[in-house]
Amino acid sequence: MTHIPTIDWNLIMPTIIVMMTGIIALIVEMLRPKHNNNLIVGISLAGLASAFAFLIGQLGQIPKTTFSGMVYRDQFGVLLQLVLIGAAVLSFLFSEGYLRQRRIAFGEFYPMALWSLGGAMIMVSTQNLLMLFVGLEVLSIALYCLSGMARGDQRSEESALKYFLLGAFASAFLLYGIAFVYGASGRIDLGGIPLAASGSEQNNMMAFFGVGLMIVGIGFKAALVPFHQWTPDVYQGAPTNVTAFMSVVSKAAAFGALVRLLTAANGMVDLWFPALAAIAVLTMTIGNLVALVQKDAKRALGYSSVAHAGYILVGVLAHIKMPASVSLSSVVFYLISYTAMTIGAFAMISITAKDGKEGTRTQDLNGMWRKSPYAAGVLFLCLISLVGVPPTAGFFGKWAIFDAALTAGLPTLAIILAVNSAISAFYYWQIAKAAFIDDEPALQTEFAPLNGGLKLTGAICALAILGIAFFATPILDASATAGKDFAEEFAQSAPAVQQTAIQQQPPAAIR
Amino acid sequence: MGPLTLTILIPLVGMILLFFVPERYPAAIKWLTILFTSCAFLTSLGLLTLFNANTFQFQHVEAFNWIPQWGIQYKVGIDGISIWLFLLTTLLTLLASIFSFYVEKRTRIYFAMMLLLEAAMLGVFVSLDMILFYTFFEATLIPMAVMIFVWGGSNRNYAAIKFFLYTFAASIFMLLGMITLAKHHQAITGVMSFDITAIQALVASGEFWQGTGSLQTIIFWAFTVALLVKCPMFPFHTWLPDAHTEAPTAGSVILAGVLLKMGTYGLLRFSLPLFPEAAQAAVLPIMILAVIGIIYGAVVAAVQPDVKKLVAYSSVSHMGFVVFGVFSLNQAGMMGGTYQQLNHGISTGALFLLIGLIYERTHTRLFKDYGGLKAQMPIFSALFLIVMLSSVGLPGMNGFIGEFLALYGGFMTAANGQYGLSMIFPVIAGIGVILAAAYLLHMFRQVFYGPLNPNLARLKDLKPWEIGLVGVFIIFIFWGGLYPNTFLQPMEKSVNAVRMMTINEPGMRPVWNDRSQEIDDKGNLVRISDRTPDGSMDTDADVEIIAPADFYTKK
Repeated sequence: MTHIPTIDWNLIMPTIIVMMTGIIALIVEMLRPKHNNNLIVGISLAGLASAFAFLIGQLGQIPKTTFSGMVYRDQFGVLLQLVLIGAAVLSFLFSEGYLRQRRIAFGEFYPMALWSLGGAMIMVSTQNLLMLFVGLEVLSIALYCLSGMARGDQRSEESALKYFLLGAFASAFLLYGIAFVYGASGRIDLGGIPLAASGSEQNNMMAFFGVGLMIVGIGFKAALVPFHQWTPDVYQGAPTNVTAFMSVVSKAAAFGALVRLLTAANGMVDLWFPALAAIAVLTMTIGNLVALVQKDAKRALGYSSVAHAGYILVGVLAHIKMPASVSLSSVVFYLISYTAMTIGAFAMISITAKDGKEGTRTQDLNGMWRKSPYAAGVLFLCLISLVGVPPTAGFFGKWAIFDAALTAGLPTLAIILAVNSAISAFYYWQIAKAAFIDDEPALQTEFAPLNGGLKLTGAICALAILGIAFFATPILDASATAGKDFAEEFAQSAPAVQQTAIQQQPPAAIR
Repeated sequence: MGPLTLTILIPLVGMILLFFVPERYPAAIKWLTILFTSCAFLTSLGLLTLFNANTFQFQHVEAFNWIPQWGIQYKVGIDGISIWLFLLTTLLTLLASIFSFYVEKRTRIYFAMMLLLEAAMLGVFVSLDMILFYTFFEATLIPMAVMIFVWGGSNRNYAAIKFFLYTFAASIFMLLGMITLAKHHQAITGVMSFDITAIQALVASGEFWQGTGSLQTIIFWAFTVALLVKCPMFPFHTWLPDAHTEAPTAGSVILAGVLLKMGTYGLLRFSLPLFPEAAQAAVLPIMILAVIGIIYGAVVAAVQPDVKKLVAYSSVSHMGFVVFGVFSLNQAGMMGGTYQQLNHGISTGALFLLIGLIYERTHTRLFKDYGGLKAQMPIFSALFLIVMLSSVGLPGMNGFIGEFLALYGGFMTAANGQYGLSMIFPVIAGIGVILAAAYLLHMFRQVFYGPLNPNLARLKDLKPWEIGLVGVFIIFIFWGGLYPNTFLQPMEKSVNAVRMMTINEPGMRPVWNDRSQEIDDKGNLVRISDRTPDGSMDTDADVEIIAPADFYTKK
C-alpha cells in the first residue's frame, strides 16, 4: 500500500505561483510582439504581487509541514520569502530600462529570475535536505545563466563561467554533506543530524563531517570568507540588475538554509560555534578591508556584500547560541534593510549604462550629482545606510544585530562589527564622493535617462531606508517568534527522534 | 506637541520646503532659510521665558514610544545645562545662514544641509533617550561632512572623510555602551530602556552598578572617548584643524560654536551622572589630557601660518579648559566649564565669521598675504580686536569668567588634594591663558599692523549688515563678561545636581525623575513635599535634607 499524504496546498502556493508565473512569462516571451518586454514585466510583477499577498496572509500562523515533510512553513520561512519577493520586485522594476540601455535582448531574464526566486523560496521553507539541495540548484543554475546574460561582454561571460565552476564545486560539498548525514542516520531530513549525533561515536563523527561540508556549500552561496572568492568577480561582471537580484536572493536563501541546518545541529554546537564565529570575524574584516582598495564601484559593493554577510552571520550566531531568548528578528530586520539599501545602490549605479556600454569604475560616477540629482540623492542615501548612520535602515539593522549579539553574550563579535562599520565608512565615502564630484572631468559623458521603473525603485528604497525606523514595530512583532518556533519544535521532536532505534532501516518512503 | 519638538521641527519643515523652490531663485532660498532659522530662534527665546531656573529637573518633557520592543523612546526635555546650548544653536545657525548670503554654489542643497544640521544639533541637546541622542549625534555628521566636502577648500575630501571617520568610529563604541546599559537596566528591572533618567535613578540608589566589577569603567570609557573625540581633546583632536580649515565659513562657525559642544555636553549628561565611580577614578587621566591639550593647542597655534588653522588649534586649547573645569568636579569649576562652552561658541564663532568676511574679500588666509589692515579697514580691525580679546580672556569679557571659574575649580580640587590632583595642574593650565594672549596678539600684529600689503589697497571696510552680524556677537561678549549671572544663574542648579550625582555616595545622589527632590538656595539636596505651580520649590512646605551642600569643604 502506498500511503498518499494529504497535501496542504496553501503552504506551497506562493512558490507555485512564482514558478508558474515564470512559465507563463517564458511563453509570452516566445510570442512577444516586436521584442517588447513590457507585458512580461507586467505579468511577472503581477505574479510576484499575488505571491506576496498570499504570504502576508500566512504570517503569524503556527509552523506546519506538508508533502510528507518536504515543505515546512514557519514564521522565519514566510518572512524570508517576503524579503525574497520584495528583492525580486525591486530588481525587476529597473531591469527593463537597464537591459535596453545595455542592449541585452534577453527577455528570458524574467522567467529565469522567477525560477531562481522559486528555488530560493524552496530553500528557506523545507526541512528536507534533498529539497534544500534541489532549491539551491534551481536557484543557482538560473543565476549562472543570468550572470552570462550579456553575451559578448567578456566580463559577463567570465563571471558566469567562474560562478558556474565554483558553484558546482560548492554544490558537490553540500551534497556530500547530505550523504554523510544520510549515511550516519538513515534519514534525509534535518532530524537526521541530532539522531546521528546521539548515536555511536562513529555516527557522531560522520554527522559532524556532514554538517561541516554542508556549511561549506551553503557558505559559498552566502559569500562567507573563505568561500567568497567568486563574489567580486561575479558581482562586477554580471549585468547590474542581476547583481542586485543575486546580492539579496542568494544571500537570504543561504542564510535561511544555514539557520535550519545550525538549529538542527545544535547538539554539537560546541564543535562548530568557534569555527563559525571565526568565519564571521573573517567575513566582516576581509570583506571590508579588501573593499577599501577597489577602484570599481560594483566590485566594492560586492566586497561590501561579503562584509554584510558577516554582519548577518553574527545575528544568526546570536540566535543559535540562545535560541529560546534571541529570535531571528535581527536577521530578518537586517535582511530587509540590506535589501533596500543594496538594491537601491545597484539600481542607481545602473544608470551608467548607456547605448550598449557601461562604466562601473568608481570615477565613472563622476558628475552624477549634476546630471541626475535624483539618482545621486538615492545613491547617497543607500550608501549612508550601508555605513549605518542613523536614522537610516542600516543603522537600525546594525542596532538589531548588536542587540542580539549582546543579549546572547557575544560582545567580542559586536565590537568587531563596530570596528568594521567604521572601516566600511571609508569606501562607501569613496563611491559617494565620486558621484558628487563635478569639477573634475567626468569620464562618463552621459548617463541613461531615468525611466519610471528606476525612479520607482529608488523611491521605494529611499522610503524604506528612511521609513523603517517608524515602521519597525510591525516588523519586529512579526519576527519576534521567527526562529524560536522552529527551534522549539525541533527541540521537542528531538527526544522522539532519539527513541527510534538507530539500527532501524531507512524508511521505505526514501528508498 | 511641546515647544522642544516644535523647535526641532521648524528647521526640518524648512528643509523640506526648500526642495520645492527652484534652484534658479537663490534669493528665495536664502530668505526662506533665514525665515525658518529666525522662527527657530524666536521659538527658543520663547522657551527661555517659559524656563524655570529654580529646579534642576528636566522641563517641557515629552515622551512617546518609538520602538517599544527595543525600549527606544522619543523623549526630550531641557534643563539648565542644555537651555543655553539650545539657544546658542538657534542663534549661531541664524547668524551663519545670514552670513551665507555669500554662498553662490548649489545654494539649495547648502541651505537644506544647514537646516538639517540645525535640527540635528537641537535634538542632541534635548534628547533624554540615549538612542535618540545617538541618532541626532550621528545625524549631524552627514550635513557637516557634505558641507565640508562640497563647499570646502582645496583639501576638502581629506578633511571631510577624516571628520566623518573619527567621529563615527569613536561613537559606534558609545552605541555598544548604550545597548549594554539598556541590557543591564533590563537585567535589573525587566524592562529594556534607554531613558537616561530611568538609568540614572538606579545609578543614584547604587543599585545599577552593584556587583558589576569593571563594567562601569569599560562603558564609561566607551562613552567618554567618543565624546572627547568630539570635543576634541588631545590626542583625538587631529580632525579638527583639517575640518576647520577646509570648511566653509558658516560650517566653521557652527562646527566651532555648536558641534564641539556636543562632546562636552555629553560628558555632563552621560559620563558624569551615569558612571559616578568610574568618573571619579578617571579625573586624573582626563585632567592630564586636558592640561596637555590646553598647552599643546596653544603652542601649535602659535606656529600656524594660516589664520583659520590658528583659531582651530586655539579651539583645542579652549575646549581643554571646558573639560578641565567639568572634570574638576567642583561646583565653581563645573560652572566655569559649562559657561566656557557658551563663551567659546560665541567668541570662536565670531572669529571664524570675521575670518570669513575677510576671506570673501581676499581669498587668502595666510599671514604673509596680510599686513597693515588697521588703516585700510578700521571698523573690521576694531571688531576683530574685541572678539580676539574675548578669546584671550580679557577681564570684562565673557572668556575671562569661564576660564577663571574653570581654573578656580581646578585649583580648589587640587588644593583639597582630591582625585590625586596636585597644584601643578591649575598652574600649567593657567599658562595656557598667557599663551593664548601670546599667539592671538602675534596674529593680530601680523595681520593688522606693519606696512600695508599692496594687494590689499583696494579693500573696502565692512558693510552695515556685516557690522550688525558681528555686533550681535559683541553684545553677548560684553554681556557675558559684565553680567554673567544672566547665564550662570539658570544653569546653577542643574550643574550642581550633576556634580552631586557624581561625587555623592549612593542614596545621597539627586535623581532626575524624582519630582520630590530639589536643590535649595544653599545648595542642599532636599526632599520636598510640595511645589509651587510653576514647578519651583515651595519654601513654605516641609523640607528634609538628603545631602547637605559641600561646596568648598574637604570631602
